[in-house]
Amino acid sequence: MGRYVARRLLQMIPVFIGTTLLIFIMVNVLPGDPVRALWGDKPPDPAQVAQIRHDRGLDLPLWQQYLHYMGGLLQGDFGNTIAGNRPVLDEITQAFPVSMRLASMAWTFELIVGISLGVLAGIRRGRFVDNTVTLFTLLVISVPIFVVGLLCQLFFGNELGWITPTVQDSEDMGQLLVPALVLGMVGLAYVARLTRTSIAENRQADYMRTAVAKGLPRQRIVTRHLLRNSLIPVVTYLGTDVGTLMGGAVITEGIFNVTGVGNLLFQALARREGAVIVGVVTVLVLVYLAASLIVDLLYAVLDPRIRYA
Amino acid sequence: MTSIDIKEDSIPAPRSREEKSGRLLDVKDLHVEFHTRDGVVKAVNGVNYSVDAGETLAVLGESGSGKSVTAQAIMGILDMPPGKIPQGEILFRGQDMLKMSNEERRKVRGRKIAMIFQDALSSLNPVLSVGYQLGEMFRVHEGMGRKEAKAKAIELMDRVKIPAARERVNDYPHQFSGGMRQRIMIAMALALEPDLIIADEPTTALDVTVQAQVMDLLAELQREYHMGLILITHDLGVVADVADKIAVMYAGRIVETAPVHELYKRPAHPYTRGLLDSIPRLDQKGHELYAIKGLPPNLLKIPSGCAFNPRCPKAQDICRTEIPALVPVTEQDGASLPGRGSACHFWKETIHG
Repeated sequence: MGRYVARRLLQMIPVFIGTTLLIFIMVNVLPGDPVRALWGDKPPDPAQVAQIRHDRGLDLPLWQQYLHYMGGLLQGDFGNTIAGNRPVLDEITQAFPVSMRLASMAWTFELIVGISLGVLAGIRRGRFVDNTVTLFTLLVISVPIFVVGLLCQLFFGNELGWITPTVQDSEDMGQLLVPALVLGMVGLAYVARLTRTSIAENRQADYMRTAVAKGLPRQRIVTRHLLRNSLIPVVTYLGTDVGTLMGGAVITEGIFNVTGVGNLLFQALARREGAVIVGVVTVLVLVYLAASLIVDLLYAVLDPRIRYA
Repeated sequence: MTSIDIKEDSIPAPRSREEKSGRLLDVKDLHVEFHTRDGVVKAVNGVNYSVDAGETLAVLGESGSGKSVTAQAIMGILDMPPGKIPQGEILFRGQDMLKMSNEERRKVRGRKIAMIFQDALSSLNPVLSVGYQLGEMFRVHEGMGRKEAKAKAIELMDRVKIPAARERVNDYPHQFSGGMRQRIMIAMALALEPDLIIADEPTTALDVTVQAQVMDLLAELQREYHMGLILITHDLGVVADVADKIAVMYAGRIVETAPVHELYKRPAHPYTRGLLDSIPRLDQKGHELYAIKGLPPNLLKIPSGCAFNPRCPKAQDICRTEIPALVPVTEQDGASLPGRGSACHFWKETIHG
């Protein structure tokens, strides 16, 4: 187990280098120049532009810039923003806790409601509950998230007045509740469907018949015997979804004005702030890698037949 | 505990002597059907059999003869729907289990009647340790704590002769060999010392050397606990050593019943004869092996009259029109043969001719 974890951690190094390099190159080939953008509509002074470029190392060849950047990264220096010359790390440490709060609420919602709905539908396959859940999840998956988001904002915020239409304080869990529900909705639908299929399949297994023949109460059969065998595909999805929820909340954060990672990333892209984009993505890559490692380790916990040497 | 030869008096069992003897199970005119898209599958069509304490009934038949479905109906583990029991009684100690509430039946399962399944690898839960699965019986039915239950599980594994039980109690089913896994299945069935055990082809998935060991163990434990045993099999070899009486099933009916050795000596039904003739024999080495012609009937469309008639070498017109009842079989002079019955219009010719 220890060796497996070590190997996986080592494998992260090339993945990490590869992704950062890719992002770095992509940001640089994007049209638009962040330095010129500092002048807005006014004609820039070529000498000053050259000066800033030189100061920031933007006049160096791309590979040198990359090495430079990676060198800084290893010392925990994410570079500075071009506009404002503020440390990128500050922006990241401001945005991440907000996104983490939002994502963890959405994720918990997916986990609890999604699995419960899936179990209900799976053991009552073909009945009313199952049809309702299947239909509901299909609806959620097919409707784009911005529609759900705007509808919730309109309904709960403007019509009913239960919430403020936009989030005023991104630290406040109560205000983040509705955005989190919106964010977790699609994942919830997938979790419910995955659980349902898995449960319905495992329900036919021989060991389930044994469990009934042992005279176990129904609830115990479902929670101890059925659920554990059915959770592996669900865990896989929930694991990778952590990363998606953290970085992919651009639309939800935009609608509800949450100042999280999605928002930061969007702003940075608009302003061609390469250092911010690469920084944020780097952290997200780390989140993804950690999540997938944890998922793989969870497999072994859930199913003893899976062992890592 | 010691062997049963010393009789019930010396068994330190909590149950009274009365409870440990007498008629355990009486299946009366049991019908089971499955409602499928293609029509109604009549899997069991009026089965009658009984088991006494300490007795072994072997139920013999091809796949699809309804032997397993009957057992599952007794256990109450049929999937309903699509399964349905339109008719019949299953009396356990005189009480009709089909009329019990779900909760009452659950309490009988595992505690009073236990079942051993064919394929222990798929029948044991792959993600729970064997100790947990064994201990679960005590935790659920007797409210024991985790520790106590584990101690009991180790004890059980010892009883079914699994070496190094203490070290292996936390192992998972896939870490055991086929024979050991089947022992664990047996241990699980035995856990609460039930009155009746139903073993559904307990040795089919095992290789031949292990088969004998497992059967011996089962027979030994059965004697020791004075349990009733229903042994479902299609293997005539397995039956001969352990069974007291045999019921041969075909297309959801019992076609012949007999005490075990009589059946081998003088079958009273052409189907039984066919089964016996298809056992490979050393003295007929080099000869072609006999096989019953044709295939088991489609249960959606059971042939009219005797279900065996299309495959029967002795079939006459009456066999195609009239369903033969299970009638008592007698000697040529009319002397009764207790426990013998045949559902063949021509049983006399078959047994005496």
